[in-house]
Amino acid sequence: MSEPFIRIDKLSKSFGENHVIRGVDLDINRGEILTLIGKSGVGKSILLKLLINLIEPDSGRILFEGRPLDALTKAERKAFQKKMSYVFQGTALLDSLTVFENIALPLQERRGASREEIRRRVREKLQQLDLVDIEEKYPSQLSGGMKKRVALARALVTEPEVVLFDEPTTGLDPIRKHAVHRLITDYQKKFGFTAVLVSHEIPDVFYISQRIAMIDEGRIVFAGTPEELRQSANPVVRQFVDAARFDVNPAGEFNICPRVEGP
Amino acid sequence: MAGVSVGSMTAMLSTLTAPLAALGAACLNTLKEFGRVAIFFVRGVLGIFSLPLQIAKFVNQVSIIGARSVLVICLTGAFTGMVLGLQGYYTLVKFGAQGMLGAAVALSLIREMGPVLTAIMITARAGSAMSAEIGIMRISEEIDALKTMDINPIRFLVSPRIVAAVISFPLLTAIFDVIGILGGYLSGSVLLGLSSGIFFSRVESSVEMQDVTGGFIKSVVFALVVATISCYQGYYTHTRAEGFGAKGVSSSTTSAVVICCVMILVTDYIMTSFLL
Repeated sequence: MSEPFIRIDKLSKSFGENHVIRGVDLDINRGEILTLIGKSGVGKSILLKLLINLIEPDSGRILFEGRPLDALTKAERKAFQKKMSYVFQGTALLDSLTVFENIALPLQERRGASREEIRRRVREKLQQLDLVDIEEKYPSQLSGGMKKRVALARALVTEPEVVLFDEPTTGLDPIRKHAVHRLITDYQKKFGFTAVLVSHEIPDVFYISQRIAMIDEGRIVFAGTPEELRQSANPVVRQFVDAARFDVNPAGEFNICPRVEGP
Repeated sequence: MAGVSVGSMTAMLSTLTAPLAALGAACLNTLKEFGRVAIFFVRGVLGIFSLPLQIAKFVNQVSIIGARSVLVICLTGAFTGMVLGLQGYYTLVKFGAQGMLGAAVALSLIREMGPVLTAIMITARAGSAMSAEIGIMRISEEIDALKTMDINPIRFLVSPRIVAAVISFPLLTAIFDVIGILGGYLSGSVLLGLSSGIFFSRVESSVEMQDVTGGFIKSVVFALVVATISCYQGYYTHTRAEGFGAKGVSSSTTSAVVICCVMILVTDYIMTSFLL
């Protein structure tokens, strides 16, 4: 069996007495879209931050193509970091920079791209994300949905191999949400990047994810395909999935199926 | 002693040594903090020389820290010089030495008041802004975002501010000194009638290059102190025990201003004792 692209091995992280991540084991395969689901506050975002090295784990390790990250040389680690991008839940756009400058920032700070090249790539991303005529605006002048898309553009402009999305569609209207999901799948097909999503958009994310992993009380309680998730007998999974009120139609597609309460 | 148990003796000892232990812990924490600030400073300085040089950011920060402080420096310089002229004149006239006013004003300003007051004014105007801006970037995850983009946040945020401070502080100090001497002339000669020839000849004969160099060295050291402490306080806003979010930013900004002002006076005393 081939080595997974990224392997999370018995990863743990606590903040004081709060044990957020308790020995998480998870494999992420190259080129797949993996969605992390779970109740709010169970450590999904922390797991993403551990993956991108924003937080150091207390124990356990992350293996990249079979090699533990802590065994990589400084240059190898830097190269690994360059392959990753992160879309923050709160966008984390630099408020003092314009939209254009925000998206261009990762390219400008990496040597190699000319001004023309940077301008071309930024405008291309703006167009793809339906962000026209806002280049010179500041993040505080944008709506929440626009900020999300600008953050997405900034993450994708470097054409990374791994993109970590922390609730990329929260706060978007259904049309934009669908557009972002489609963009993720289109880009994933085009560039073949590996995506790890944290999302509560059930069942929408099932259309775009190859695999789903569910976290509960700091542990992975389920990892498998959306279909396997639907058929899972695990009571924690069942409770979560049933609460999302979805089912599968005769064509085998997920659709929203509101449950009628009461007699 | 026979009636006193070992346990109660230990408890009594620990009660007696508790203040000493607290003092020791406070000293250790202070030393650790100094160490962290020193490492932060070294990383900031190393970031200045890492390629590609951030020339545009350096110039932008010189504009923010330096150019935009000129008005406040001119105002404080003028009134400081005028007060020195007034006080100096009425003190010296008692000894019939009012002719020395030019020397007294110029030397006070160039050696001490110029560098110190300029540094304190820039701390109030630009140091607080540095701390608040970086602090807000910290709490809104902008610094984390820089890390995820493989951008060294200290190089990106701190190094340009250190460079700009080192360029701006001596220039603003020079402006403060010149405006201050003119202020002294205004109150001493124009208002109180001291001959302007005597005033300026005393300035010219008393001020030596050593005085100017000393003031220049002080302003460079103050620049490093203010930029490092202000940026450090903002950068570690999230680790403050006093509060998170906006409260944390307000607390780190207050700390930045207070610590900078105290450190300016402490380093001024140390440097003066070496320079004299």
